[in-house]
Amino acid sequence: MADLLDLTVAEAAAKIEAGEISRAEYAAAWHEAAGADELNAYLWRPDSPPDGIPVAVKDIFCVEGVPTTAGSRILEGYEPPYTATAVRRLADAGFGNLGKTNMDEFAMGSSNENSAYGPALNPWDRGRVPGGSSGGSAAVVAGGLAPCAIGTDTGGSIRQPASLCGIVGLKPTYGAISRYGMIAFASSLDQCGPLTRDVTDAAMLLGALQGKDPCDTTSVGLPEAPLLPERENLTGLRFAVPAELSRDAVDAGVREVFEATLARIEELGGTLAEVSLPHAEHGISAYYVIAPAEASSNLARYDGVRYGMRAESSGDVIEMYERTRAEGFGPEVKRRIMLGTYALSSGYYEAYYGQAQKVRTKIAGDFAAAFADFDLVVTPTSPSVAFGLGEKTDDPLAMYLNDFFTVPMSLAGIPAISIPAGLAEPPGGGPRLPVGFQIAAPAFGEQKLLDAAYALERAIAFDDRPGGDDG
Amino acid sequence: MAKLARLGLAEEEVERMAGELSGILEHVDRIAALDLDDVPPTSHVVELENVLRPDLPHESLDRDVALGQAPDPERGAFRVPSPQAED
Repeated sequence: MADLLDLTVAEAAAKIEAGEISRAEYAAAWHEAAGADELNAYLWRPDSPPDGIPVAVKDIFCVEGVPTTAGSRILEGYEPPYTATAVRRLADAGFGNLGKTNMDEFAMGSSNENSAYGPALNPWDRGRVPGGSSGGSAAVVAGGLAPCAIGTDTGGSIRQPASLCGIVGLKPTYGAISRYGMIAFASSLDQCGPLTRDVTDAAMLLGALQGKDPCDTTSVGLPEAPLLPERENLTGLRFAVPAELSRDAVDAGVREVFEATLARIEELGGTLAEVSLPHAEHGISAYYVIAPAEASSNLARYDGVRYGMRAESSGDVIEMYERTRAEGFGPEVKRRIMLGTYALSSGYYEAYYGQAQKVRTKIAGDFAAAFADFDLVVTPTSPSVAFGLGEKTDDPLAMYLNDFFTVPMSLAGIPAISIPAGLAEPPGGGPRLPVGFQIAAPAFGEQKLLDAAYALERAIAFDDRPGGDDG
Repeated sequence: MAKLARLGLAEEEVERMAGELSGILEHVDRIAALDLDDVPPTSHVVELENVLRPDLPHESLDRDVALGQAPDPERGAFRVPSPQAED
C-alpha cells in the first residue's frame, strides 16, 4: 500500500488507465492515509473513500451538503446547497473529494494561525506554521495525507504554503479558473490553483480546472488546454531577476538556495539578467489597501440572516448584525474589515483605494516591460523558511511582509509557480526546512511556465520528505 | 468606523486595533508620496467585454433549499429582529 501512496497523480492515473492498479484500491489507500491526520490539516473528511482519484479541497470551496466554513466561526455548520465549479470540473475529470482542508479565516493570513479551528501544522516541524492561507492543502500534500490538493491564492496563498512545505503550488492567470462557489475574499485578485508533489501533477490539475464558466463572468479560461510538460532544458529562455525584489530582507539560507537555483538555470542553458521592476516594492502597500477594501465589501454578506451563525441578541436588527459579526469573525478578519472600510470611506477613498489602484497599474506595467525582453521572472517565493507557531502573530505587518515576493504577481494578474528548490537551516538553527523558488510568466503563459518549471524541477531533483517525528 | 462595518468591537479590541492599524497605515502611506496623477487606476487585470444573455426563465434554487441554511426561517422568508428596538 505504501507503494500506492508513493505514486504521483499522473503516475497513478496512468496505472489505473492501464489496469495495473484499481481506482477503488488507490482511493481507499488515500482515505486511510488521510484518516491518520495529526496535523489538524483536515476540517472535514467523508466517511468512505472518494469515488475517483483523491484530491483535498480547501474549505473555501462550496460542496453541496458538505460543511464549508472558510476557516470561520461565522460559517460553522453551513452546508452549501450547490457545488463550486472547480470541484465539479475535477469530478468530471475523474477526481473525488478526499476532504476539506484547514485555512486562514476567509483566506486572510500567511500562517494558518487565523483559522477559527486552530492552525494546521507543518509536517516538516510541527512547531512551525505550514504557511497560508492554503496551509491545510499544503500540509496534506507534504505530509502524505493527500496526493494533491486545490487552494486559492489572493496574494500568495498557494505559493507561500507550497514553499514552506516543500511542494509545488501554482497560481494561474487571473480568470483561468472559474470562481463560482469559491468563497470571495478580494474579487479582483482571488484565483484557484493546484498544490501538488510535482510540476506534472500541477499541469494535470490545471488542465482539469481551467475553462470559461457561464456562472462566473470573470472567467476566461486558457487559450489552449495545458499539455503535460516535457521540456528538458532551458535553452533559449531568458530569465529576469528583479533587482527590487532581491535586495531586501531575505534569510541567508533562502538566498543561498536561490543563488544555487539561478546557477542551475544557466547550467540548463537559460540566460539570466537583472531587471528593474521599480514599483514592485510597493506591492505590499497597494495590496493591503486593495484586498481589505474588497474584503470589507465581500464580507458584508455575513450578517446572520441567510446562512451561517446568528448571535443571541435581544435588541434591534443592527445590534444582531453587530453581535453576529463580533462573535463570528476572528481578529485578523476584523482588522481587515476595519482597514478596508477606512480605505473606502468618503474623504479617504482617493488617497488609499484610488492611489493603490494606480500603483497596481504601474506594477502591471513593470511586468509588461520586463516580459518584452524576458520570458520569465524569478524570485524566492518567501523571504524565509517556515517560521515558528506564534512567532509573528503579534505583529500583523511582519506577517504581511511575508507576501513581499508573491503579491506583485497577484496585482498584475499573471501566473506564477513555486517549486521546491532545496533545504535551508532556519535563522535560529535546527533541522533544515524547504525553500521555494518562484517563476512568473506573462498572462496566459502557463505552458511556458510549466515547461520551464518542469525542466528546472528535474535538474534540482528535490526528493527530501518530512521526517515522521516532531524533529 | 466599526459602526459603518457593523462590527461590535469591545473596548480593548478597539484599543489594540487602533495601534495595529496605524502601524499598517504608516507602511501603506509610502505610496501616497508617489506621483501617479496621470496614471489610470486598474480595477480589473484581464480585459473583459460585458456579456448579455437572453432573459429566459430557468430553474433556480428551490425556496426551501435556499431557506434551509438560515438561522431563523419563517413562513418562506428570512426572519430578523425588528428594525426598532423593543425598549
